[in-house]
Amino acid sequence: MKRETLTALNEARGKGRAIVRAVDLATGEEVLIDPASEKSTLGVAAAAAARADQSASVEIEGRSWFLEVYNPPLDLVIIGAVHIAQPLSQMASLTGYRVRIIDPRTAFATVERFPGITLSHDWADEALSKAPLGPRSAVVLLTHDPKLDDPALIMALKSDCFYIGALGSRKTQATRQARMKVQGFGENELTRIRGPVGLNIGARSPAEIAVSILAEMTQILRGPER
Amino acid sequence: MSAAEQDVLTTAAGWLGAGRKVALGTVVKTWGSSPRPAGSQIAIRDDGAFIGSVSGGCVEGAVIEGALDTMKDRKIRKLEFGVSDEQAWAVGLACGGRIEVFVEPLS
Repeated sequence: MKRETLTALNEARGKGRAIVRAVDLATGEEVLIDPASEKSTLGVAAAAAARADQSASVEIEGRSWFLEVYNPPLDLVIIGAVHIAQPLSQMASLTGYRVRIIDPRTAFATVERFPGITLSHDWADEALSKAPLGPRSAVVLLTHDPKLDDPALIMALKSDCFYIGALGSRKTQATRQARMKVQGFGENELTRIRGPVGLNIGARSPAEIAVSILAEMTQILRGPER
Repeated sequence: MSAAEQDVLTTAAGWLGAGRKVALGTVVKTWGSSPRPAGSQIAIRDDGAFIGSVSGGCVEGAVIEGALDTMKDRKIRKLEFGVSDEQAWAVGLACGGRIEVFVEPLS
């Protein structure tokens, strides 16, 4: 890899842009590709690899290229700076997520409780308008309070985020879905809401619940059922 | 690709900037139950220090050796490891998988 290539790669990654490096495995020749705009055969293959989030080999006109995918980090939005959010934000950071916590209650979302995590004291709809959700976003609602959760839930359902989880019992989930139905969302959209949140592993403590949520997010993102 | 993996290239850039020689190893092919997916990277400095991984720790030693050779002769290398490979068995890829690692100089 040339020094200029490394600099350009790090620059693109710093800006949160997806980028692909194609390397000819026989010669070491390399090409940097912007998967959003490159229209060549190699560019189309690079875009497919970026979409699949999977580095892979391709044969094009007798040459064997390896496509190295550098996608921007995964994005986890936690609504509610509650106890579960503390271990969840740490575990998700370790897993490679860029974590942001949204809670207008300033006593909850403090740097002391969430060192190193991006905190927003805006209301969720406002915060999510400033930094929108995308296909690499996951949204976890933890406040138990429709006044705080619902604006975020509506934004999440309108987005193409890959995961929506909401804390609460089956009964809470049913009433939540009913409220969203009133908002005009259909059955398909309502089933996107995972509740009770997380895989059923018998989690009890906030940290264990965080494990179950992160496990479910991983399953949706990478698992065969997707 | 996780934030932790991306740190490999940032660290490599730092090493280069400090005037060190650096080589990069990338998993380009996997067969069977390999521990790290294609695209996993390791950066190696001229004193053998490294960041990142291409396996669960089984073949990193051999990749570092290949990387040090690459820093000397500036040539790319393809290293293949699998259980059927005597040398790889010696360095211990015991998980039953096979991997190919592309080693290149950072220049």
